Amino acid sequence: MPSSLLWAVDVYGRVYSLSTAGQQWEHCRDAHLEFKRVTAVQQCCWSIACDHNIYLYVHASEVPIRYQEETYENQRWNPVDGFSDRLLPSDRWQWSDITGLKHQPLGDFQLPSENWEWEADWYIDENFGGEPTEKGGWTYAIDFPATYTKDKKWNSCVRRRRWIRYRRYKAQDTWVKIPSEQTESLPDPFNDITCGGWEITEEPRGCLALWAVSLQGKVWFRCDINHHNPEGSVWEEVPVPGEVVQISCGPGDLVWAVLWEGHLLVREGVGRDCLKGSSWVTVESPSPGVGVVHVAVGVNVVWAVTKDHKVWFRRGVNSHNPCGSGWIGMVGEMVMINVGLSDQVWAIGFEDRAVYFRQGVTASELSGKAWKVVSVPRDSERSHSSASASSLQSAGCFFGGEVRLQSQASMLSDADAETERAGGEVVPTPEIGDAPKPRIPKVTSDSFISELVSDREGQISRRDVPPAGPSIPEEDHPEKELEDRASPAQVLSPSQSGGVDPQWSNVDLEEAQTHLTSGPGGDAAETSSLSSVATYNLALEEPYGLDEPPKWAWVSGGGCLVECHTQLNWFNSSTSTALNSSMQAMSLSITPAQTAAWRKQIFEQLSERSKREMENFMHYEQAIEQSVWVKKGTMQWWRDWKPHKWVDVQFALEQFSGVEGNKDGILFIYYTFNDEKKYLHMFINEVTILVPVLNDSKHTFAIYTAERTKQRWPMRLAAATELEMHDWLALLSVSCCDSRGIQGPPSKQAIWSVTCKGDIFVSEPTKELEASPYPTPCAQMFWRQVGGHLRIIESNSLGVVWGIGYDHTAWVHTGGYGGGFFQGLASSTDNIYTQTDVKSVYIYENQRWNPVTGYTNRGLPTDRYMWSNASGLKECTKNNTKPPSPNWTWVSDWTIDYAVPGGTDREGWQYAADFPASYHGNKTLKDFVRRRRWARKCKLTTTGPWQEVPPIPLSDITILPCGPKSTVEQVSLWAISNKGDILCRLGVTSLTPGGSSWLHVGTDQPFKSISIGAVHQVWAIAKDGSAFYRGSVSAQNPAGDCWYHIPSPTGQKLKQVSVGRTSVYTVDENGNLWYRHGVTPSYPQGSSWEHISNNVRKVSVGPLDQVWVIADKVQGSHSLSCGTVCRRLGVLPMEPKGHSWDYGIGGGWDHITVRGNAMEAPRIVMPSLTDNQTATRPLQTSNQPEMNGNPVGC
Amino acid sequence: MADDKDVLRDVWFGRIPACFTLSPEETTEREAEPYYLLLPRVSYLTLVTDKVKKHFLRVMKTEDVEEMWFEYEGTPLKWHYPIGVLFDLHASNTALPWNVTVHFKNFPERDLLHCSSNSVIEAHFMSCIKEADALKHKSQVINDMQKKDHKQLWMGLQNDKFDQFWAMNRKLMEYPTEEGGFRYIPFRIYQTTSDRPFIQKLFRPVSPEGHTLTLGDLLKELFPAAICAEDEPKRFQVMIHGIEPLLETPIQWLSEHLSHPDNFLHISIIPAPSD
Repeated sequence: MPSSLLWAVDVYGRVYSLSTAGQQWEHCRDAHLEFKRVTAVQQCCWSIACDHNIYLYVHASEVPIRYQEETYENQRWNPVDGFSDRLLPSDRWQWSDITGLKHQPLGDFQLPSENWEWEADWYIDENFGGEPTEKGGWTYAIDFPATYTKDKKWNSCVRRRRWIRYRRYKAQDTWVKIPSEQTESLPDPFNDITCGGWEITEEPRGCLALWAVSLQGKVWFRCDINHHNPEGSVWEEVPVPGEVVQISCGPGDLVWAVLWEGHLLVREGVGRDCLKGSSWVTVESPSPGVGVVHVAVGVNVVWAVTKDHKVWFRRGVNSHNPCGSGWIGMVGEMVMINVGLSDQVWAIGFEDRAVYFRQGVTASELSGKAWKVVSVPRDSERSHSSASASSLQSAGCFFGGEVRLQSQASMLSDADAETERAGGEVVPTPEIGDAPKPRIPKVTSDSFISELVSDREGQISRRDVPPAGPSIPEEDHPEKELEDRASPAQVLSPSQSGGVDPQWSNVDLEEAQTHLTSGPGGDAAETSSLSSVATYNLALEEPYGLDEPPKWAWVSGGGCLVECHTQLNWFNSSTSTALNSSMQAMSLSITPAQTAAWRKQIFEQLSERSKREMENFMHYEQAIEQSVWVKKGTMQWWRDWKPHKWVDVQFALEQFSGVEGNKDGILFIYYTFNDEKKYLHMFINEVTILVPVLNDSKHTFAIYTAERTKQRWPMRLAAATELEMHDWLALLSVSCCDSRGIQGPPSKQAIWSVTCKGDIFVSEPTKELEASPYPTPCAQMFWRQVGGHLRIIESNSLGVVWGIGYDHTAWVHTGGYGGGFFQGLASSTDNIYTQTDVKSVYIYENQRWNPVTGYTNRGLPTDRYMWSNASGLKECTKNNTKPPSPNWTWVSDWTIDYAVPGGTDREGWQYAADFPASYHGNKTLKDFVRRRRWARKCKLTTTGPWQEVPPIPLSDITILPCGPKSTVEQVSLWAISNKGDILCRLGVTSLTPGGSSWLHVGTDQPFKSISIGAVHQVWAIAKDGSAFYRGSVSAQNPAGDCWYHIPSPTGQKLKQVSVGRTSVYTVDENGNLWYRHGVTPSYPQGSSWEHISNNVRKVSVGPLDQVWVIADKVQGSHSLSCGTVCRRLGVLPMEPKGHSWDYGIGGGWDHITVRGNAMEAPRIVMPSLTDNQTATRPLQTSNQPEMNGNPVGC
Repeated sequence: MADDKDVLRDVWFGRIPACFTLSPEETTEREAEPYYLLLPRVSYLTLVTDKVKKHFLRVMKTEDVEEMWFEYEGTPLKWHYPIGVLFDLHASNTALPWNVTVHFKNFPERDLLHCSSNSVIEAHFMSCIKEADALKHKSQVINDMQKKDHKQLWMGLQNDKFDQFWAMNRKLMEYPTEEGGFRYIPFRIYQTTSDRPFIQKLFRPVSPEGHTLTLGDLLKELFPAAICAEDEPKRFQVMIHGIEPLLETPIQWLSEHLSHPDNFLHISIIPAPSD
């Protein structure tokens, strides 16, 4: 899981963030500002500074925030000039928007704020609906407004072309001031701010609701904040029936505010169409006479704090009932409270001003169990060098802009002092520039803060007393301290470190002075630092007493994701825990532990020993004879013959040692037929795959052999419980692997595939698999399961394997195996991680119109169910629809889905003349039925050899295929984000398969599929179905330089592309497989598309140019299957298209990658039997209804 | 990249080729052929030599047969040490197969324990496991197991069932992550040059300062002579399962992966060959 940040402000106005993966507060150093309030969401953090201005901190992302400006140039033909910009008086503007109604010359486009920059100059868009246009990008029509075509006709009188220019948001990872444009309302500075609302709507992307309260008690709403406009546009006042002092806005539609008198206001009418809401309702304070001072809301919770510091939880709050039903008093005395992601709660204690985390908050127990204090040190309590290093690791806060203006003198002295103090051991890093600039603290109007600032002055005077006990003897040994610091045992709790650390903390100059005067090398630095010390004195010394824990003023968890399996190291910084975690950190730093010399040596010696002691003596008798071992159980079996039904059977696995010492086994199924006892058996070494088929009614799995794969008819069995099924599957799987001598992690050449349930399978190819002309039939391939849940998986022959989950999360293979239900020995231990995935389940609400009542849920008797699945054939109500399998649990409520293809009206309805028909988003007179889609998210948590690659969600990925003996160092890896951005991963090697960072490759339009070939030829498919070739990509220039538009096959929208050594294959939306003709080294774009097959869902072309597809409707001798792995036969260097298909495992398969398999079989020159067959033979398909062929389901 | 799991397999499936010859002191009816066998390193001599016994009994008169015992180059072999330890201690760096002499008379009462049946071996094996768990987990894990679980460990060893054994032994190898290892490492150091049977002391896997302790740290404390300075010629070989792990190998890792089925890390220290 990627780390996320908890933000907090201490009583001196300094902003800190704490990473869920971290163990210390990182100070967001800012030269000028102290802050009063922060409100964080995942992508940014808003704040009110003590100058009463609002500031925004947008986290840098590897995909930049860029916005496309467009304008149209319009021209009309006249006999004299031909096409010219002289238009008729009735015509549109010469430069206009797409409708022609708005005048938009190029020069009128201004950057929205100084935080934006232009990416390049204006240029002409030559892409028209997925097709390249002639030079100039003109499209022609008879007249404005009309349908434009890319070809000029005799009657084309007008033409237009589109100019585009990108602007980019540049102020990332720094605080930027949001200009307060409302001069007339001043002076009425802002006093509170809250950010939320991102779950209300996905359109426009990144839409946020930002509410603010002014000192005079007015409420303001910031309009138009979204991904493309992070700063929003204007403040709009929202009338309130009283004076508001504080406001809180949840991720959903909850907005609550606190009135000056201590009552609460609840905003009603907040929704997709109206983020601002429509009206206020008053809710009484929980205890009469004691008003509320603070409120915090989440998705389904409201917490409040009253004047007597009591904490209250509001019962029964949800989006239908934003007011809730009643208050429950909670334990604890707090001054403020905040609700973060997944309704987790944070608070600041009244007594100790410490940050508290509410433990045990789950969807079923929203009020949690207990308060737990977050006790981790702050970075300024540690050495500067370590702080800066770790702040770089953890999403970091370093500042641009204002801080860089820091005065030269103080920076120099600072640096000098640092060098002196570090005794040459710590090289001053450029981050020294981050050290705060000398300043005098402002006296703020916030009485709370000034009160505490005055407290601090008291401490300063106390400071003159020499530091307490522990620090004195160590002062003389700065070097030793540094060494000790490096050792894990010395990580200290905040109370201790307060006393020990300051001697060499460069942030803290007052104490530095103490050290410099007493330390051995202090004299030289003394003079230079004295002057700055004088100015630093007030503002910069550590304001805490030696044993005093930090005091906090404000906390915001809106960007902090804590889930039940999240491991937080925040709560106990007693020496032992700190020690343990630093040990973990240490062991992490020497990972991959596998590479440690001692481990390598043990592996080598053991295999050497086995060779020495056993190789020449294998003919000796074994001292212990292997006996037969039987495991029995009862199960249900899907009877092979008609009438098909589940029958109770006895199930037994008999294991014994095979002839060559490897284990083997036989499966027996004992059943009764006509009162006669019979049995079936199956040899374990013939089993090709075991497929779990979890559904909501039975815990079943399917067993295939090569023969049953051909028949499309597996043996299907059902266990009584899920646990029993997993036990059997794990046992059978180990048994199958043993019988084939397969153990340990998948090889680098492995072929990976994924079923439509997200289960991952891997097969070890042999040299004969791609032999020509007689390859191993792919029905004989043995597949074993690997834990985890993915939708897409890609690999290459250097062992780099990446996957993408249903929720678009990117995962990289750790090199392990097992996980999931594979326990113990069937699973590696050190590289198995928790993996989660989220997907939506959809149901449809159907209605029919009648003249009396309009649209109602009373349909005709012949109609579909009023609540159904997409086809309408199955009844699916909100209550009876279950998650896809017991592994999944609901994580949200049913919500209307507006993002349906075809569009919807404001209530999410789509209209049609009748069921089933094509639906459209607006009601017409001819429509008599309507439907809308409801979505509910469910989540799966499992384990597997996968590690998350945060933070960008992906939709496709491709890895450079390498030859058999390739020595590529940097592996090219390209990906497409779920928003369609093209990305190139840097730093991917076979040792670091996860790489280091993303490089964004600019494009004019969103993409959906990408593939890179063996010689860095990159092909991509845009969302509009057109193909592009990326020019000049090489190992030296991994991102290439420009895109070449390749026309699609006529009338087809392409869907997916795969490029092997030289071959380029694409699949279109109608399931056709296309081969690119005429691709040569000098002309890599090729010349034309050639149709190869239909019924293809996906294609994977490997480093040998082998072509594998997922095909639909593959006919077997008993049944047919959709989603079947097929391999192209007869592919040779001179015949890259092959001639026919070979059918492998299916159905229910969704994805395959053969791009790791670079194992070439020795070529035998033999006349191929199939030479005289027709060049293109379509997939052998059928339209019969399928019965057993798709046990996995599609 | 090999997985640590593979080490467990390699350790379990380690075999020593042995050639059993009947002692010339024994009286036989006809000449006894030597008997060749692959012995599991992790098992016990008397547990895996039923075949040897049968083989030699065929040429002997019943009245000449007493308890069978083994000897290598004059040293009686202690059956209650794992076979691999016996081999490393007495016969490493010699030519294979390992020539073991079989006796049926003159049982060396002073050197060897009697082993009347497999239940004696089982009792010895289980007491070792219990002792090891006392060191590792204050006996908490082994006491939580049921009788049948104990049986599974023993049956796994007796029948050479790796999966069966490790399905249970896994639990004995667990430890709370925050502690960084077992309470104490169960280990025994054997040497040929001393009359002491073996060295065994309390030794923690992590130092009080939180450092991970290594094999070198262990030897430094218990057998400093085994660690030679850089310029010195090597005087001793430190053998575990026939290999010499590097001194920087963490002792916790060794205990988890190179322990014998009795959960002890058996370390043999032998004089370095002088070639």
